[in-house]
Amino acid sequence: MRGVRDRAQEAGAPRDDARGETLTHEAGRLATHPAAALDPAAPGGRRPLSQSRREALAGYGFLAPWFGGMLLLTLGPMIYSLYLSFTRYNLLTPPEWRGMANYQRMLDDPRFLNSVGVTLKYVVIAVPSILVVSLAVAMILNMGMRFLPFYRAAFYLPSLIGASVAIAVLWRQIFGGSGVFNAALDVVGIEGKSWIGNPDTALYTLITLSVWTFGSAMIIFLAGLRQVPKELYEAASVDGAGPVRRFLNVTLPLLTPLIFFNVLLTTVNAFQAFTPAYVVSNGTGGPLDSTLFYTLYLYQRGFSNLEMGYASAMAWVLVVVLGLFTAFMFATSRFWVHYGDEK
Amino acid sequence: MSAQAPAAPSVLQRPVFGRRQSKNRAVVSIARHAVLLLILFVILYPLLWMLGASVRPSNEAFGTIGLWSGNLTLDNYREGWTFGSLNFSRYFMNSLVITVLCIIGNIFSCSLAAYAFARLEFPFKRVLFALMLGTMLLPYHVTLVPQYILFNELAWINTILPLVVPKFLATDAFFIFLMVQFIRTLPRELDAAARLDGCGHVGIFRRIILPLSIPAIGTTALFTFIHTWNDFLGPLLYLNQPDKWTVAQGLNGFLDATGESAFGPLFAMATLSLAPIIGFFLVAQKLLIEGIATSGLK
Repeated sequence: MRGVRDRAQEAGAPRDDARGETLTHEAGRLATHPAAALDPAAPGGRRPLSQSRREALAGYGFLAPWFGGMLLLTLGPMIYSLYLSFTRYNLLTPPEWRGMANYQRMLDDPRFLNSVGVTLKYVVIAVPSILVVSLAVAMILNMGMRFLPFYRAAFYLPSLIGASVAIAVLWRQIFGGSGVFNAALDVVGIEGKSWIGNPDTALYTLITLSVWTFGSAMIIFLAGLRQVPKELYEAASVDGAGPVRRFLNVTLPLLTPLIFFNVLLTTVNAFQAFTPAYVVSNGTGGPLDSTLFYTLYLYQRGFSNLEMGYASAMAWVLVVVLGLFTAFMFATSRFWVHYGDEK
Repeated sequence: MSAQAPAAPSVLQRPVFGRRQSKNRAVVSIARHAVLLLILFVILYPLLWMLGASVRPSNEAFGTIGLWSGNLTLDNYREGWTFGSLNFSRYFMNSLVITVLCIIGNIFSCSLAAYAFARLEFPFKRVLFALMLGTMLLPYHVTLVPQYILFNELAWINTILPLVVPKFLATDAFFIFLMVQFIRTLPRELDAAARLDGCGHVGIFRRIILPLSIPAIGTTALFTFIHTWNDFLGPLLYLNQPDKWTVAQGLNGFLDATGESAFGPLFAMATLSLAPIIGFFLVAQKLLIEGIATSGLK
């Protein structure tokens, strides 16, 4: 229960007649409350809880579930996983301290090194492709198109379902030996093969799937483009800038905050892709480990082979790599990210 | 204006005949729509094709590019629903229960945390907020193994608890962020007025903030629904008994059991598994798109 004084302070001490009714009503209610009688009303007397104290307690109260999750499901497990990464642990016998053995083993593990290569290739091709496609479509949509809500929604739809098993199942068929993609190639007279079954092309089918979900990045770009002041383009036109220069000197700099945001999120997400690779390759990462994403290999080591120590070490390598990438992005952002209000 | 700017030849050279310009504009506009529709067609073609394949008689070939063969049948749906030892009524029920509980959990825990971050002052608030933001970028793999060990110790394997309980502990920081951003836009005068009327923080939260945050809560519910419904890794780790499977696992099990031999029923079930998402999307796409534009959710 809040004390009378607290409330009077917040309300601005003396009240006018218009509020008299509320005041009596409140006073009546408070008088019947036992705590109200205990409230030390003497001026200068110490109160058990100051208003800010009370607010702090309320704040921690509201955060209680989050604290619980943070400690029990995030920070605690992170520390435990760091410990496990220096051990050998199969869930059945207690963890056995092995020092740096797991980390050293990675350097000699050809499947680990391969999974790093596969993941990097995936990220390095998929992320720029997504950015270019999403920005291009967003710019077309920003040219005062009619039916904008329809287009926006339709382009966005794949983002919602791209990580589902259903779409991965569909992708298997589309890029399989007798799939739709080959049927389309057949129309133009090219004889296809199984793109999923060929180690040279399997990863590209997954990259295609990832680019297919460009809609979420597009919506973020579109929101940014709509805020670019029209006068800037007009001013640039008057100064003789063509479409290319207007894009390079007006659009791009103003979009850098959103480019920053999209690069960061798309990259972090791409590193964590799992379901498509798992379903398309039946959980093997095949053919010939060509779709063995880092996350898939981690899953295999941890949950198929029960090498919890090695899997934890792999997880921590990923955390460090993504942490370094994020730090790099933030550190370089002041050289290339322009915020409008700076100038 | 432009006449006084001799340094701008491109502006001066532009044709000034209004009629020709508007005609050009119409052509350009049609061309743009054509380009967009073409891209859209390519993007959405796989989905249309899958829908077509799901109602195609099973004796017709599936490696064709056409959408409709003229013969419609619902046999694939009938066959797929209880294919072999699969039981999609059960998978849909399991997915539904998990999804509803996750939505309740996220709304409950994330709105509480968001109110604290958006409205209350307390020591270490900035540090905690930064910590919360930091977890948004944290790869979930780092907690995958230890969480599995924890839930294994608690004997929660083959129950839905490992999938649901974390949502009640606000582990999806994205939604906290989304709601913080939203609550910050609500006028503080409302809080003050409620306080005058005798509301404490719980009262303000329940009577003022929650009702006004319906749009943000709706976005949270929708994204939680989509994430949970699509989730595959979580159920794959924690639900090993086929009668506990979710729809996503059922589909994967279908593929494992039949390989490439029963495309029709497989695509019928795949289509059904996407139907709730696409349905909700059509109903609430405005909410989703506003949500993503303000917070960058995927």
